[in-house]
Amino acid sequence: MLDIIALNKTYRTGDRALDDVSLTLPKGQVVGLIGPSGAGKSTLIRCINRLVEPSAGEVRLNGTALTSLSGQGLRQARRRIGMIFQEYALVERLTVMENVLSGRLGYVSFWRSFTRRFPGRDIARAYQLLERVGLSDHVDKRADALSGGQRQRVGIARALEQEPELLLVDEPTASLDPRTSRQIMRLLTEICRENELPAIVNIHDVLLAKQFTDRIIGLRAGKVVFDGRPEELTENVLTEIYGAEDWQAMRNGAMESAEDEADARAQATRLFETT
Amino acid sequence: MSPVETSVPVWRRRTPTAQLAIWALWLGIVALFVWCCEEMTQRTIWSFVWDAPQAAADIASRSWPPRWSYMDQLWSPLWDTLNIATLGTLLGTALAVPLAFLAASNTTPSRLILRPLALFCIVASRSINSLIWALLLVSILGPGLLAGIIAIAFRSIGFVGKLLYEAIEETDLKQVEAITATGASKAQILNFGIWPQVLPAFVGISVFRWDINIRESTILGLVGAGGIGMQLQSSLNMLAWPQVLLIVLLILATVLCSEAISSSIRKATI
Amino acid sequence: MSSATPSTTLGDYPRSWRRPPLLIRSRTWRYVIFFLALAYLVVGIGSVDVDWTRVADGMERGSRFIKGFLAPDFTTRWRDISQGLMESLTMTFTSTVAGVLISIPIGVGAARNISPGWAYGLCRSIIAVSRSLQEIIVAILLVAFFGFGAFAGFLTLTFATIGFIGKLLADDIEECDPRQIEAIRATGASWLQLVSYAVQPQVMPRMIGLSVYRLDINFRESAVIGIVGAGGIGGTLDTALSRYEYGSAGAILLIIIAIVMLSEYASSQMRGWLK
Repeated sequence: MLDIIALNKTYRTGDRALDDVSLTLPKGQVVGLIGPSGAGKSTLIRCINRLVEPSAGEVRLNGTALTSLSGQGLRQARRRIGMIFQEYALVERLTVMENVLSGRLGYVSFWRSFTRRFPGRDIARAYQLLERVGLSDHVDKRADALSGGQRQRVGIARALEQEPELLLVDEPTASLDPRTSRQIMRLLTEICRENELPAIVNIHDVLLAKQFTDRIIGLRAGKVVFDGRPEELTENVLTEIYGAEDWQAMRNGAMESAEDEADARAQATRLFETT
Repeated sequence: MSPVETSVPVWRRRTPTAQLAIWALWLGIVALFVWCCEEMTQRTIWSFVWDAPQAAADIASRSWPPRWSYMDQLWSPLWDTLNIATLGTLLGTALAVPLAFLAASNTTPSRLILRPLALFCIVASRSINSLIWALLLVSILGPGLLAGIIAIAFRSIGFVGKLLYEAIEETDLKQVEAITATGASKAQILNFGIWPQVLPAFVGISVFRWDINIRESTILGLVGAGGIGMQLQSSLNMLAWPQVLLIVLLILATVLCSEAISSSIRKATI
Repeated sequence: MSSATPSTTLGDYPRSWRRPPLLIRSRTWRYVIFFLALAYLVVGIGSVDVDWTRVADGMERGSRFIKGFLAPDFTTRWRDISQGLMESLTMTFTSTVAGVLISIPIGVGAARNISPGWAYGLCRSIIAVSRSLQEIIVAILLVAFFGFGAFAGFLTLTFATIGFIGKLLADDIEECDPRQIEAIRATGASWLQLVSYAVQPQVMPRMIGLSVYRLDINFRESAVIGIVGAGGIGGTLDTALSRYEYGSAGAILLIIIAIVMLSEYASSQMRGWLK
């Protein structure tokens, strides 16, 4: 179970990306997170596994307060949270198998991962997952030899290889064609149901969200403006979320998202600093 | 490819004052050139210069034909030269890799102390030619192969280090982020997220540097750092021009071979 | 989480995986090459006979050199240093200007798309000779012809500049947009008009950048060719080292490093400004 309590994020530029976001995710629930670009969707899921540092508030996963962790503790928490990315974010020059096995990095020593001698159980599980996502024939191919849909399947297998307690999914279909998008969404939701795995799927395609998720949360300018079942998502609600006529807000949003990105990048570049 | 749209000459876009400034700049360059020529020719002994064609013809006639029998004494120095280049490249790249990770802004462990230090090492190594390194090391370690190897290594550190840290800074952040999200440690992020991305660049840079090092190691012997340059130096001292010619031809052949090898390796790996 | 698919168990999957080899597929060849490389290393390192007593003596001198580098002595030999530096700088500048001027016709001649076959062959061979001859060897020969001093150095650097700029210029012209050349040719322009209207605007900005870059290289080289008697700061350094004046040597090296850093900064600024 995931609890998010009064989460706030203010970027150094002064933009408020998240404004008192609170929500609770029970076991096995797939939540679609919708909203205009720059509404804070990406920031929200990155605050959960702390790829972005929240400014205030608390995130708890099955009782562990993620927001107070650091170093070793943070890494152990991250390995319990699988993440799937917009442009797959596979390590292009590694094989499919290595990409899937990289999901176990939080569990094995550096030396084992360096020599690629992962435990037998991890390897068996990777084979099982690759079969589940339909890539048994591509184990030894390099990731950059695959098509977009296949790469996203590898991304899914990598996240599941972590044996996560929560899945964070960031725009899984943004770089895919409509048909592949539906296949990927179907695969994702099936896997979540099979394993009673809660997931937050950040998605810009409202129709896909309505079709495949159990619950929809609408974000606008960092605030939760809708939280309900997919059927309750009416035209009026959509206008409220996307502000069809409020172009000013959209433009601000776009600017904000550019700043978000710059800030996330700046944070990522400090990854290795010990200070 | 050809930058059709962007290559509209910059100076046509300028205002009249800017245009004037550009002309002034050109004028300044011409004036500086003339002044430098004056400065240089003042110290030139012109009688030598006018004699140069004669001197050249004289030396050319004395060095032909190359003394082929001298070849027997050149195989061992040639082997030494290859060793200097290869072992120096190995040592240099081995030292350059950690330095590059310290110098790249996205992997450095400390931005304030280690990064500037690593950058200074790289610049210092790059600005000092391997022959100067050899000069220093021969004066410290004594003449021989070791000084040559270390000189080549020291010069390679800066070259490989600079190109490698630029490659590290250009790595795709999303791949690194994804590896971070799995709970990987910093060393694992380097190994899985960054290293595979810079590996092709690393191979290309090292092989390219090896090629340059072969070229440079042929002359290190001039200052006593081993290899075929030692033979060149002694032949020059004895004014044994047929030997000099043979050595120069041998160096030329070696350089062409190494260039062919390195370009074919780089083609195979990229 | 138990397993992704209830129908199969982990036991059904292989428990080991080896990364497919990157370059050489055959196992035997991999071993052969590995052992050859190892044998080379052993023999190569073995051929380095080190006179350890000499090295031990040298360590004391090494520490004196490091002291000299940390506490450089600019004053004692300032006259020699400033004279050598002046010589190096004038040599650098004149040889770059002369080299660039000469390399323009040669570069144009070596471009296959605008020059006749005989010019192409001639200019390409000039470039090849200039590029494959070491600066130092050229300097030795020219010192033998022209006598000691900056003039031989000037000629050496000019010769090297011709090969460098000539090749890059020729390659640049060959990459020029053929449509523009065709268009100018179609107007009935003469060959000179063709070069000045169709080619020059396309390659000019990069040419300036390359010339500045070569200025930087020429300074570095000018510090070296002095060692074989071609004038400049290299000769001063050689003298300082042979007299074991490590303070002066340290000062000279620091000046070289500072000038290289300065010119590198200036040339990167300049190239940024030209874009």
